[in-house]
Amino acid sequence: MYSPYLKFLVGFLLIASGLAATAQTRELRVCADPYNMPFSSRDQTGFENRIAALVARDLGARLTFIWQRMGRGFVREYLDQAQCDFVVGIPTNYRSVLTTSPYYRSTYVFVSRRAQPVPSLDSPALNGLKIGVQVLDEQYTPPGEALARRGLQAAIVGFDTLGDDADSIVRAVADKKVDLAVVWGPLAGYFARRVGPDLRITPVEPEVDPPGLPFTFAISMGVRKSNLPLRDQLEKILVDRRSDIRDILDEYGVPQLPIASLVNAQGAAR
Amino acid sequence: MQQPTVERNYQPRPYQGQLEGDDGQWIRPAKDYASTRYSSLDQINAKNAKDLKLSFTFSTGMSHGHEAAPLVVNNTMYIVTPFPNNLYALDLSKPGAPMKWVYEPLPTPASQGVACCDVVNRGAAYDDGKIYYNSLDNQTVAVDANTGKEVWKTRVGDINKGESMTMAPLVVKGKVLVGNSGGEFGVRGWLTALDGKTGKIVWRAYTAGPDKDVLIGPRFKPFYPQDRGQDLGVKSWPPDAWKIGGGGVWGWISYDSKLNLIYYGTANPGPWDAEARPGDNKFTSGIFARDPDTGEAVWFYQFSPHDLYDYDAVNENLLLDLPIHGQTRKVLVHPDRNGYVYVMDRTTGEVLSASVFAPITTSRGVDLKTGQLQYVEEKKPITGKVVRGLCPTAPGAKDWQPSAFSPRTGLMYIPHNHLCMDEEDLTPNYIAGTPYVGANVRMYDAPGGYGGEFTAWDPVEGKVVWTIPDHFPVWSGALATAGDVVFYGTLDGWFKAVDANSGSLLWQFKTGSGIIGQPVTYKGPDGKQYVAILSGVGGWAGAIVAGGLDARDESAALGFAGAMKDLPHYTNKGGMLYVFALP
Repeated sequence: MYSPYLKFLVGFLLIASGLAATAQTRELRVCADPYNMPFSSRDQTGFENRIAALVARDLGARLTFIWQRMGRGFVREYLDQAQCDFVVGIPTNYRSVLTTSPYYRSTYVFVSRRAQPVPSLDSPALNGLKIGVQVLDEQYTPPGEALARRGLQAAIVGFDTLGDDADSIVRAVADKKVDLAVVWGPLAGYFARRVGPDLRITPVEPEVDPPGLPFTFAISMGVRKSNLPLRDQLEKILVDRRSDIRDILDEYGVPQLPIASLVNAQGAAR
Repeated sequence: MQQPTVERNYQPRPYQGQLEGDDGQWIRPAKDYASTRYSSLDQINAKNAKDLKLSFTFSTGMSHGHEAAPLVVNNTMYIVTPFPNNLYALDLSKPGAPMKWVYEPLPTPASQGVACCDVVNRGAAYDDGKIYYNSLDNQTVAVDANTGKEVWKTRVGDINKGESMTMAPLVVKGKVLVGNSGGEFGVRGWLTALDGKTGKIVWRAYTAGPDKDVLIGPRFKPFYPQDRGQDLGVKSWPPDAWKIGGGGVWGWISYDSKLNLIYYGTANPGPWDAEARPGDNKFTSGIFARDPDTGEAVWFYQFSPHDLYDYDAVNENLLLDLPIHGQTRKVLVHPDRNGYVYVMDRTTGEVLSASVFAPITTSRGVDLKTGQLQYVEEKKPITGKVVRGLCPTAPGAKDWQPSAFSPRTGLMYIPHNHLCMDEEDLTPNYIAGTPYVGANVRMYDAPGGYGGEFTAWDPVEGKVVWTIPDHFPVWSGALATAGDVVFYGTLDGWFKAVDANSGSLLWQFKTGSGIIGQPVTYKGPDGKQYVAILSGVGGWAGAIVAGGLDARDESAALGFAGAMKDLPHYTNKGGMLYVFALP
C-alpha cells in the first residue's frame, strides 16, 4: 500500500504544492515495537504503524521506524536519548513525555464465552471462577487489583501478553482454560475476532473502581518534553484526521469510548 | 510522629565483650564476622586526623554508583566496580599503588535492565587465596588473589526471571554465601551456599514456599508463635503468590562461630501493591538464623509482616554481647528500614528492645510481648487513595548503608535517611501498549528540613547520643577506629572524619563525586595506617545523577528523585578510589 514510489509521489506533490519548506524531505522517526500486535509489528501491519504513516504523510515527512521493544524504561533509553522523535501510543499525561490531546480512549473489557452470563466485577458468580488477568512486569493491571480488592486473588490467573504470547489470554477463554478474562480493549478486540465467534467482549463498568482505580485510559502521541513544535503539529493532524483514525481503530476491533467525556487516571477531565 | 529519644548525660560504656583479632588487613566488607566495621588501628586519632593527606587515587572509569568496600589482603587492594563488575588489584607495596591486574567477568548487558536501583555492587570477600564476588548477571566468581585468574564461575540465578546480584558474599567455613536481588521484578528470593573450592552449590534456602524449600525442619524454633507452623511460606500468601513473592537476599550476612549460626535479612515481598497479596507474606521482610553447614533454619522473626512500604529487612546485623537489664546477653543489633533499631537475643530470636532512630508515622511501636509491629491503620496505602506523611519512606529510615560499632565508646554509628513520603494521585503508566496505574510517590525531607543523618547510637539504652544532620540521605557506610575517629561520606562528595565521642568534625575532603561507598582502613607495607573510600555517586538515592534522570519528574527512581532533585547541582558521576594517610 505504502510503497517507496507512493512516498516519493506524495513528497513530490507536497513540495510542488509548497507545503514542505525545503526540497529535502524531512525525516520523522517513530519508536515502534517490532513484535506487539495489534499495536505494532515489524511488517508495519499494526494500527500504530498505520497511524504513524498517516501522520507522516500529512506532515510531508519521510517516516523511519526505530524498532524497539516497549518494555520498562524505553522512554528513558530511546525517546529521551533522541533515538526517535515520537511514539504513537502512550497514555495521555504520561509523566515523562509531552503528550498530544488523546486521539482515542479505550477500556479494559471482560472476554467471555457467549454461552456465559455477562460478567461484572461485583457479581457473586465470579466466586470459584478462574479469571485471566494481564501481568505487566511487577504489577497487576487495574482489573487484577480490583479482583484482589474483592478477595478474589485465588481466582486470578496471570498472563504475559507480550510478543508471541499476545493472544494467549484471549485464546485461554475460548479453550476454556479460564472461565473469563479481563483484558485491555485493543488487545481483546483484535484477538477476540480472530480466535472465535463465540467470544464476547464487555467493558468493565463503572469506569473507575473507587477509590481511584481506572479501567479506561485515553491514548495520545508522545514526544520529548522539549519538542513542543512537533507535539503541536501532530496534534493538529490528529484532530483533522480523527475520523480516518477512528476507521483504522475500528478495522482492528479496538473498543472506543467517546473522548469528550474523558476521565484520565488522575480523574480529571482534559 | 515518633521521634528518637536523645540521651542527655551519656557516660561512655566501653564494650566488655570480645571482638575478633585484627591483623590490620580488611578481608571482607564488614571487617569481622560480627559486622562491627571496627579497626584496632589507632595511628590516626582525634588529635592528628586534621593532618590527613591524600596518598593515592585510582579511577575506575565508570559512571554508575560505587557502593563497594575495597579489600586489603597481603599488601594488595581489591576493588569491585559497578556493572560491568571488573575486579582491580592494586599493588600497595609500590609507590602510587599501580594496577597488578584486572579481572573482567563480562556480564551480559541485559542484566542492567533488571537492576532496580542502579547497577551497583557491594563488594567482594577474601578467603583461602581467592577473591569471591557476584556479577550483576547472577554469576558468583572465584578469582585467584595473586594472579587474577578465574578459578571458577557459577551461574546461580537467571536474569530472565528478573534476578540480579548486587550483594557482597560472606565466606564461612569454606562456603561462599550469596543471595539474589530483584524484589521489584517478581523474583523468588534465596540464599545459596557454594563450595569455595569448586563453586558447586551446596545448599539453597528460599525465602518463601514450602518448608522443604525454605530449609525448615525439626531444628526450626522461632521465638514467637506467629512464625511457627507448617508451610507458612505458602499459607501466608494467596495461592501460588509466593512463587513471585520477592524476599531477595541482597544485604548483609553475619556469623557467630560459637553458636555456628549465620544471620541475614530478607527483602520486601512482591508485588509492591500490598492489596494483591493479603497475608503475612512469610518469610519476607524478616531475619533468619541458619546453620551455615546445612542451611537449616534455626529461627526467624518478621520485622514488617505483610510489608506495606517496601521495608526490606536486609540491613546489617551487628553481633555483640551487651548488658541488658543487668545481664550480659548475646544479642544482634539491627537498624531496620522500618525505623527501629532492634536488639534481639541471637540464640533465640527474642526481641529485647526496638527503639526509634528516625521519624516514624507508619507504626506506633513494637509490642515486645508478641513481637508484633503495630501498624497505623490510617497510613495504610490503598491504590487510588491519597496517603500523606508516611515516614519512613520506601528506602527506609536506613537502607543498605552499613553502620559501625566502636568497643571504646560502646556506640554504634548509623548512616541513615531522614525522609517522609506521600502516596498521591495515580499516574498512568504503560508497558508495550497496555496501560495501568502506579501511585505517584513523592519523597521529601522529614521535619527539620534535612534528608539524612549520621547518628551515634547507644544500643543498650536505645537512644541517640549525638547526630550530624546532612542535606541529603547519608548513603555511605561507616567506619570506626581505635583512634576514636569515625569516617563516613556524603552524597555531595565530602569524606569526613568525626570524633567518636563528640561527633565534632575533625577533617573533611571533597572527592570528585558523591560518596555511597564503604570506608575501610588498613596498615600499609610501610607500617602506616591508611583510610580508603570509593567515590562515585549512584545507587537508588544517587540514580538521579548516575542515571541522568529528569529532575523535574519527582516520581522517577520510584519516587526518590523528588527528594534528590537538587543533587545534580552538587555533584557529578564518576568512580574514583581515594586513599588517605598522615604525612
